[in-house]
Amino acid sequence: MREVEGMVKVGSRYDLRTNQAPDAPETEGFEGPKESHGWVHSYETGSTVDGPGVRLMLFMSGCFLRCQYCHNPDTWKLKDGTLIELSHAIRRLHDFAPALRAMGGGLTISGGEPLVQIGFTHGLFAAAKSMGLHTALDTSGFLGHRADDDYLQNVDLVILDIKSGDADTYRKVTGVELAPTLRFAERLAAMNKAVWVRFVLVPGLTDAPDNIRKVAEFVAPMKNVEWVEVLPFHQMGAFKWKALGLDYKLNDTPTPTHEQVQAALEIFRAAGCKAR
Amino acid sequence: MNDLGVQPSGSGEARCWRGFESGPWQRTIDVRDFIVRNLTPYEGDEGFLVAPSARTQAVWAKLQPYFQEEQQKGVLDVDATAPSSMLAHAPGWIDRDSEVIVGLQTDKPFKRAIFPAGGLRMVEAGLEAAGFAADPTVHEIFTKYRKTHNDGVFDAYTPEIMRCRTSGIITGLPDAYGRGRIIGDYPRVALYGTDRLLEVKRQERAQLDDMWPTDEIIRQREELAEQMRALADLAEMAKRYGCDITRPAETGQEAVQWTYFAYLGAIKEANGAAMSVGRISTFLDVFIERDLREGTLDEAGAQELIDQLVQKLRIVRFLRTPEYDALFSGDPYWATECVGGMDMNGRTMVTRTSYRLLHTLTNLGPAPEPNITVLWSKHLPAPFKRYCIKISRDTSSLQYENDDLMRPYWGDDYGIACCVSAMRLGKQMQFFGARVNLAKCMLYAINGGRDEVSGEQIAPTSAPITAEVLDYDEVFAKFDASMEWLARTYVHAMNCIHYMHDKYFYERLEMALHDRDILRTMAFGIAGLSVVADSLSAIRHAKVHVIRDDTGLAVDYRIEGEFPKYGNADSRVDDIAVDLVSRFMAKIRKHPTYRDAVHTQSVLTITSNVVYGKATGNTPDGRRKGEPFAPGANPMHGRDDHGWLASCISVARLPYADAQDGISYTVSVAPTMARRDEAAALDNAVNAFDMYFGQGGFHMNLNVLSKETLEDAMEHPEKYPQLTIRVSGYAVNFVRLTREQQLDVIRRTFHASY
Repeated sequence: MREVEGMVKVGSRYDLRTNQAPDAPETEGFEGPKESHGWVHSYETGSTVDGPGVRLMLFMSGCFLRCQYCHNPDTWKLKDGTLIELSHAIRRLHDFAPALRAMGGGLTISGGEPLVQIGFTHGLFAAAKSMGLHTALDTSGFLGHRADDDYLQNVDLVILDIKSGDADTYRKVTGVELAPTLRFAERLAAMNKAVWVRFVLVPGLTDAPDNIRKVAEFVAPMKNVEWVEVLPFHQMGAFKWKALGLDYKLNDTPTPTHEQVQAALEIFRAAGCKAR
Repeated sequence: MNDLGVQPSGSGEARCWRGFESGPWQRTIDVRDFIVRNLTPYEGDEGFLVAPSARTQAVWAKLQPYFQEEQQKGVLDVDATAPSSMLAHAPGWIDRDSEVIVGLQTDKPFKRAIFPAGGLRMVEAGLEAAGFAADPTVHEIFTKYRKTHNDGVFDAYTPEIMRCRTSGIITGLPDAYGRGRIIGDYPRVALYGTDRLLEVKRQERAQLDDMWPTDEIIRQREELAEQMRALADLAEMAKRYGCDITRPAETGQEAVQWTYFAYLGAIKEANGAAMSVGRISTFLDVFIERDLREGTLDEAGAQELIDQLVQKLRIVRFLRTPEYDALFSGDPYWATECVGGMDMNGRTMVTRTSYRLLHTLTNLGPAPEPNITVLWSKHLPAPFKRYCIKISRDTSSLQYENDDLMRPYWGDDYGIACCVSAMRLGKQMQFFGARVNLAKCMLYAINGGRDEVSGEQIAPTSAPITAEVLDYDEVFAKFDASMEWLARTYVHAMNCIHYMHDKYFYERLEMALHDRDILRTMAFGIAGLSVVADSLSAIRHAKVHVIRDDTGLAVDYRIEGEFPKYGNADSRVDDIAVDLVSRFMAKIRKHPTYRDAVHTQSVLTITSNVVYGKATGNTPDGRRKGEPFAPGANPMHGRDDHGWLASCISVARLPYADAQDGISYTVSVAPTMARRDEAAALDNAVNAFDMYFGQGGFHMNLNVLSKETLEDAMEHPEKYPQLTIRVSGYAVNFVRLTREQQLDVIRRTFHASY
């Protein structure tokens, strides 16, 4: 971990509670529990936008990023989740599998950051594939190097958040470096893995045309990127920041207008991306 | 039964039946055979549909002031003097020049009639609430000379039944009003004419002449005599509108008109709680197709017939009491009409007229009635599936029921009575029985048979539970015994009710449009399923402490720890719900029924989930006293916290085999099909329906509405006269709900589709 450029405290569980989470117990390494167990925030059924068909969304707990606009800050700390057995998760997935198959859908693991608990998510993706389900990994890509080829074999689609094209802006938005995400994207392109790139449009934070254009120009040549999705920032996560006693910096940030969203889409399209 | 070898009587049959595929339907009364032989399935899309005609618009414009005034004033007019019958009132029109389909319940639109044979008190309470004086002559007749259904039932009830009725553990019984839930096979009038139907009834009657007069034979003879009188009266009623329905319909217009006359006769004769239409659109399509073929009708004319039929169905009105309206939210009459489904040969029964019927929601705007029910099969043509979802999205006025599940039970000519009760048309009727409050039953078990609200002894005295923490095995054993008692009392009450209903308020016209020998079901029901399942789950998986008042009555519960909740596809609790349905059904089946009816059961609350909740104390699942139950088979709101798919899977697990009267499930989604193109959103919705019904789900009441719209409608009802919302098996005008019900609707889970 420590070779990641510019990162200071990466590589220990301590990181999961630094920045804005100083009270989690300190443990060496962030491997988390053995792959037979995982810390899970929650799961939800019925999404139709996080991959093809209808999805079962599993939200893992634990994330390194501290995005200013995060709408699930309650998933940051690993141990704020519930520790469950992998076999239990597989059993539950099995309950839903026929319905998900019938709707051409599958499993999307999001979070938090699924790649924090690499063993657990690997096991669950493998189980989902054996049930004939489509699988999607919703990630910031920051830990992309942890997902080896073996891991990605069980992932049909990567939903990759590129939160900014400009490295400084990225650092400001997330608290970490952009480079690992770009490297992961390049690796996915080289192996021709299906990708949806997501970009959250936050007025005053990520909406500088130049910042957007950098993402667009980086993604445009990648044939494996099926969609670039522009997600308008919303205030629906604000109450969670308040509940957790966190310092929410975007209280006064408006939701982007339709025109602003169109303008961002236009930048992507002008660069040659298929954007929506 | 009807295969009596009747030959075409020559009363115009050759002319009226020209161009139809011949078959057994010509020799016997067999509408199903006619439909299947003559059906023109339509697999295309809605592109052919047209706007309403000028005449349709003229009629609609004439009706608007009535709708508006009714919303302000409530009941506009009542004839308090002439008890309703087919011939009690002179014919009436809305706009004689523009009506292509005619016939009103009384001589004027929106003028209601009275039905004192069901119960005089109900009539007089209804009149008083509406600000009209009761008629002294009617009062004298129905107190001095003529007994009512209501009087009869109370003569036969036991003190125990009376206690159950008062405490609210058994409610909504049709002991003071019409039972409804009978669907006349109205197309018979259009296909055969009343002369032929009379001839068949005469023969059915003659067969009984040599049979020894047991109670049942005597009853049948009298009923057949009544049925024949009803058919004659129906012909006379039509004659007053200038129509000769003694012969079959000759054109599409006549087929619609004759069929409507038959339905109109039924609603003039009976004010049943649910007066469903059946499954007429595909039948009518055969006549309309013939006209189109012959060049005597065009698409505009075809749509006009259906639009005007639906206009008539939208202005059906019954005089009811405020309590009744509070229970059912406005005054619904469940003119349920089914479209879609597949026939037994595997062909779709979707026709162009199925589309025309759905299109009335566009041409005339959304409305709760008729209660349009899509019989969903995975084999339905894809364009039709998409069109239905579009109409749902735009109007929230459709419900869906699983044809693939029902067809093996009821064939391909069944209709839905009320919300979810399937029955073979003309071959089956039900004795309607409302429902029992299963949550109260569980609380009685804990309290030794005492009511948790009043403290009164309602069920037979038994030892109450005295432990501080509830033990699952102890509670379950006592609850099982409590259900045993309740089931017996319930069947007992139902037998009394239907004996008296047949005797004093027999539906002579609806039954004239049935075969003589039919299948009767007796439809029981349960409310509070999710409350009880969650309570038992809490008792088993968490620790439930009992809080008692100073008389030792358990009045509240404190839960320690987590427990699985129904609605999350979690078999630890879903299995409890499944077991409850099968267990109560098995107990009901132990007790013999009036006329040997087959016991069935529904998991359906109508909107009375609110009043059931009001009457029920704190429950061990954490639900507070007075809080509404979930409607029908829905999970308690807010507890199905893993999304709509998980919720659907739980509901789909309930066994139809033990709930053949239907399992109601209402889903509301916010219209946020964001970011995806319409086609993809519709395909997703179609897939979701195929999935849910493929998993064994029975029913889906779909609302596509935003919370903001509903909240605005509460504040500004005048802006939303046609805002329609589906609740537990039917639809209502949102602005006509009580405030409590409106809040309940809004509180319910909005499973966002995004």
